[in-house]
Amino acid sequence: MADITVNSTDRHQRKLHPLPLRIMHWLNALAMIIMIGSGWKIYNDEVLFGWLHFPQWITIGGGPEGALQWHFFAMWLLMINGLFYLGYGLATGRFRRKLLPIWPSEIIKDVRDALAFRLAHDDITHYNAVQKLLYVGVITVIIAQVLSGFAVWKPIQLSELVTLFADFQGARLAHFIGMVLIVGFLVVHVALALLVPKTIGAMITGGPRVDEPPAEEPPAEAAPAELAPAVPVPEDAVREAH
Amino acid sequence: MSIRTPSPSIFRPEGGVDKSLIENSKELLGEIDRRKILRGTMSLGALTMLAGCTEITYTGPVQSVLRTVSSFNDRVQQLLFRPNHLAPTYSEAQVVKPPRFNAYYEIDELVPVDGATWKLELAGLIQDKRSWTAQQIYDLPEQEMIIRHICVEGWDYIGQWSGVNFRQFLERVGADLTAKYVAFKCADDYSGSIDMATALHPQTILATKYAKEPITDPFGFPLRLRTATKLGFKNPKWITAIEVTNTYPGGYWEDRGFNWFSGI
Repeated sequence: MADITVNSTDRHQRKLHPLPLRIMHWLNALAMIIMIGSGWKIYNDEVLFGWLHFPQWITIGGGPEGALQWHFFAMWLLMINGLFYLGYGLATGRFRRKLLPIWPSEIIKDVRDALAFRLAHDDITHYNAVQKLLYVGVITVIIAQVLSGFAVWKPIQLSELVTLFADFQGARLAHFIGMVLIVGFLVVHVALALLVPKTIGAMITGGPRVDEPPAEEPPAEAAPAELAPAVPVPEDAVREAH
Repeated sequence: MSIRTPSPSIFRPEGGVDKSLIENSKELLGEIDRRKILRGTMSLGALTMLAGCTEITYTGPVQSVLRTVSSFNDRVQQLLFRPNHLAPTYSEAQVVKPPRFNAYYEIDELVPVDGATWKLELAGLIQDKRSWTAQQIYDLPEQEMIIRHICVEGWDYIGQWSGVNFRQFLERVGADLTAKYVAFKCADDYSGSIDMATALHPQTILATKYAKEPITDPFGFPLRLRTATKLGFKNPKWITAIEVTNTYPGGYWEDRGFNWFSGI
């Protein structure tokens, strides 16, 4: 295997954001917007904080029953799409390649550079430490949000899960805090994407082609012939294949 | 492609639909869009759903899809339901007195039930359909439970309820325990229904007392349902009739778009 991975002719290229990933990204965006907008309407019916009501125009669902319908519709989209995304990220090695490792020293350096407006973003194929931290962070928060959501939805059937959040209102509060963190991420994420618009283009078209070591492809062992072709394959043919 | 063409179509029921149904669904039919067959399909789905329910205001294909998902969620919740899993119970010190009032109207519009003339009627798949007086209900063995009441809106409180265990009551009157639904009619024209599995759960009772005292007027005197495994609105108050049935009975809030199973 080692001799294959060091042979550059055996590396193949694919787009920065492969098609399945782009589809999952935008489905997640849609599901998340529905979840947040309908969640705000549900929250309004019994607020956790007297000073905080979400304006009706910013909510989804019209009345409480409509908001609940939307929330319990989009949860399937969010969960199923999210499971595919996690499976994809783990199976293809994308998480390992793009999001890890995250070194505290790098984060400190990148934050300092960012505050001095020196943070480079010419190369959108490489995530800096702050980006990695944000992406890993929001994935973690969304998983926790699904768990607190289950605790709010089924506080008796899943009473063991509720004890993680103290009680029912604790689960509601955790679900609210998760929403705040996700909305916070969304604001930063969208603002930064607007600052570097080519990142938005890349999430639509797939972006530039990047090298990807074949050893990180899941069926590597299953298809040895593809990994070590007897005759060198022209690069264009490899592009076509992927 | 349009579903309005008079030619045979898979979207056109062969036997035709009840004319009155179409009459009542004019608004819905108007929603059917000739551009997209998918939208048409969804509207037809809503039409078939109308056959089973009354008093429903549909706003079109989107609402139809959302209701279909809500029905799917009913089935998911039935699978998630653990018949022998007990809800946490609490101490008497945690009981909130009085409980929190909630109905589809304000408390000043409440019409108290006269306990002397009140009767509980039984209907449907029940062998002994004799009606019950309040005193007869009071004479039944009592079960007490201190459980959390959770409203669909998000508020909750701990309450202490006593009354006859619902499974024991259903057995006593010879109800068909294999039926799908138990439906309730109430003195305030509220109605509701629950699945049989929930009706038979050990923490489902016909409550007559709160904090050891007879339930007062605002909270369902003389008889209300208290189940530990459902949202508040699934616990009808001021019950006047109970029916065991295999036909989906719906309910006041359910017919208005709230999820039917609404288990917690």
